[in-house]
Amino acid sequence: MRFKSIMRLEARTLAPIVSLFLLIVGTALVVPGFLKLSIVDGHIYGSLIDILHRSTPTALIALGMAVVIGTKGIDLSVGAIIAICGAVTAVLTTSTELHPLIVLGCALLAGMACGLWNGTLVAVFGIQPIVATLILMVAGRGIAQMITGGQIVTFHSDFIDAIGNGFFMGLPARVVLAAVIVAITILVLRKTALGMFLEAVGGNSEASRLVGIDSKLLIIMVYVFSGFCAALAGVIIAADIRGADANNAGLWLELDAILAVVIAGASLSGGRIYLGLTIVGALIIQTLTTAILTSGLPAQYNLIVKASIILLVLLLQSKVTQNFIKARVQSFRRASDA
Amino acid sequence: MTDVNQPPLLSIEHINKRFPGVRALNDVSLTFHAGEVHALLGENGAGKSTLIKVLTGIYTKDSGDMMLDGRNVHIRNSLDAQSNGIRTVYQEINLIPTMTVAENLTLLDQPRRFGMIRWRSAQSRAKEMLARVGLDIDPNSLLVSHSIAVQQMVAIARALGSKARLLILDEPTASLDSDEIARLFGLMRQLKEQGMAIIFVTHFLDQVYAISDTISVLRNGSHVGTFKTSNLSQTELVGHMLGKDLDMLQHDQRDVTEAEEKPVVLSLSQVGKTGMLKPVDLNLKQGEIVGLAGLLGSGRTELCELAYGSVRPDQGNKAWLGKLLPINTPKQAIEQGMAYCPEDRKHRGIIAELSVRENLILALQSSRGWWSRIPMAEQQAIVSEFIERLSIKTSDMEKPIGELSGGNQQKVILARWLVTNPTLLILDEPTRGIDVGAHHDILTIIRELCEEGMSLLVASSEVEEIVAFAHRVVVLRDRGKVSEIAGNQISQKSIIQAIAQ
Repeated sequence: MRFKSIMRLEARTLAPIVSLFLLIVGTALVVPGFLKLSIVDGHIYGSLIDILHRSTPTALIALGMAVVIGTKGIDLSVGAIIAICGAVTAVLTTSTELHPLIVLGCALLAGMACGLWNGTLVAVFGIQPIVATLILMVAGRGIAQMITGGQIVTFHSDFIDAIGNGFFMGLPARVVLAAVIVAITILVLRKTALGMFLEAVGGNSEASRLVGIDSKLLIIMVYVFSGFCAALAGVIIAADIRGADANNAGLWLELDAILAVVIAGASLSGGRIYLGLTIVGALIIQTLTTAILTSGLPAQYNLIVKASIILLVLLLQSKVTQNFIKARVQSFRRASDA
Repeated sequence: MTDVNQPPLLSIEHINKRFPGVRALNDVSLTFHAGEVHALLGENGAGKSTLIKVLTGIYTKDSGDMMLDGRNVHIRNSLDAQSNGIRTVYQEINLIPTMTVAENLTLLDQPRRFGMIRWRSAQSRAKEMLARVGLDIDPNSLLVSHSIAVQQMVAIARALGSKARLLILDEPTASLDSDEIARLFGLMRQLKEQGMAIIFVTHFLDQVYAISDTISVLRNGSHVGTFKTSNLSQTELVGHMLGKDLDMLQHDQRDVTEAEEKPVVLSLSQVGKTGMLKPVDLNLKQGEIVGLAGLLGSGRTELCELAYGSVRPDQGNKAWLGKLLPINTPKQAIEQGMAYCPEDRKHRGIIAELSVRENLILALQSSRGWWSRIPMAEQQAIVSEFIERLSIKTSDMEKPIGELSGGNQQKVILARWLVTNPTLLILDEPTRGIDVGAHHDILTIIRELCEEGMSLLVASSEVEEIVAFAHRVVVLRDRGKVSEIAGNQISQKSIIQAIAQ
């Protein structure tokens, strides 16, 4: 009996991992040299590293999104927060003499303040998360434009540049940074009872209230965390182009993040948080993009192919399909027994 | 009033309806006459709503006959029911609040010409329908601009339509005040005189006696009996609803040893909340089981909620172990050593996606705070201890609790609180909807806990159950405490009489 439940658990968790693996193998068959890694000046290069590098912003905001969705919420404003924090970084770097660490701190605080705003609307005023965060999704780009004065502000800072494009122990620094954040998040959620409380609140907030869990504070914290993750992604994206583009930085990235969470197997109705698998989901999305671009497929097919493959992954996860497969397998077994 | 020579308007014979594992209606036969208000009574799970859904075609009966005017009819869906003149008004008003009264009234059957709605004719039709229920309101006003009572009347007006013959009112008075109820009753009498048959479902016994001609009682899916209202005393009625024959109740089985004078754990003085519960005094002693008895809607759950603090009382004081304390949130209650298993297990107890282990450990973990997580080994030890102690049937502690049976879910929720070792445990309907074996187990656990010195406040609709274990019984009626019965005075008879007085 125990064995059975382990099998059931694994079938669900394995799906995204197997998908990613198949995707990489499939691309490697089409694109020669896809798996090749080379070391230049002590830095590792290759398509796989490039995927890690490019997926960092999505992975970071997906991390925050996974936690928010676990509490039955959603954060549509992360793309706008990216724009705000990129703008803060650019403007503070160009127009003040502040130490880059302080600039980074200010950008992160700005993102957390945005999260506090979202969390307060959701937890204190009881506004539905999708509506509450829609406000900042719209207004946030306006705020970012006000900060940059409507211009694309270019800047130069060695420190910020190192975060965005530097290397640490041979790997891209931002990948290492994101990995550290992911590891800390997993540790905090699983080594304290925080993860369980968040899942309890997401699964049944009334039952959680009756056992004395303060869901208001937890929900505010979750949106602040999502704001923090978006802020870090914003700094990285600004560092990428060495400038802040209030209109386009992080545009539609919230949708990729939600997709990553869904690919990980979480339900938008809350109750379960899969952090590791969410990162796998973000990697799947980026691998697809890279694979399509490097396979020589005309660029105009990019979005359609991406959407089709994601649809395939989601269909495979659907209960209806799984029951269908299960029934087929059983009738096949019965036939072969007879 | 009822002409015996006339065939009944509607008669149902030997109706059966099964759901997986439940016999919802068991050989039910009833007759409804024109010009009669027929009250349909029964506790939760008695089969009232199933019966109504069969009559209105929402459910299909498994077997049995329905005769309208002596003719056999088959009602397969709600359209069939409507065309046969059977109309229903549910407790929750099924109207669209943001539309006008006229739009609501003509929504299903708009007068049209060339596919266009003829608003003028729709309005005059709405006026006629309103006149039938004696309402004089502007058909163009928005539905939300009217009181709940008026909305209810509009719902009745819509249900009556043009050729209603049998009107089913499912708890229509639940959210009405006394003036509004009087108005509704006026309308019911008027319809009755016009020859309408009315089925009236309610939990308020006073209203049953005020308006009905005939009473039918259902219990556990079976028809207990049909009585002329004037010939049935309230005590007999309550006895029928709860399934107790009063003459058979002289000798009750009680194996309760009386509690000696022990310190008072929780004391409520004049604790209440407007619109929820009239002020109540209650003392709970150490090692004592206090039972809360009363019919559905009498205020049992409300008293549990106010005592625990999951609802903040707006009057009265609470004292814990002799000290006046504000206990107004679950957190404060848990800090003092209280625990509460709510009645609605699915929506307020279990967290379906989480595992048995997580559900079981949640209250203890919550009282320790999020930073001091209980190590996994300790969690597993606690969980397996309680799985064994309460004989919880689960293949494995990591199974989502939603996949367990009701009785086992209830045991997990009970265990959730037992691991916190509470001083006072509040149980609201701990045996509702669970199988016989689990039922017995839970009663045994309740007794054991009491012997260990825990105080328990147990609300139950099963009078027999309360008699079997309670040291003291608080009887509630119409959202207030009506009496308290202690020691040897406790019997099913005394409780039922207190409920019905």
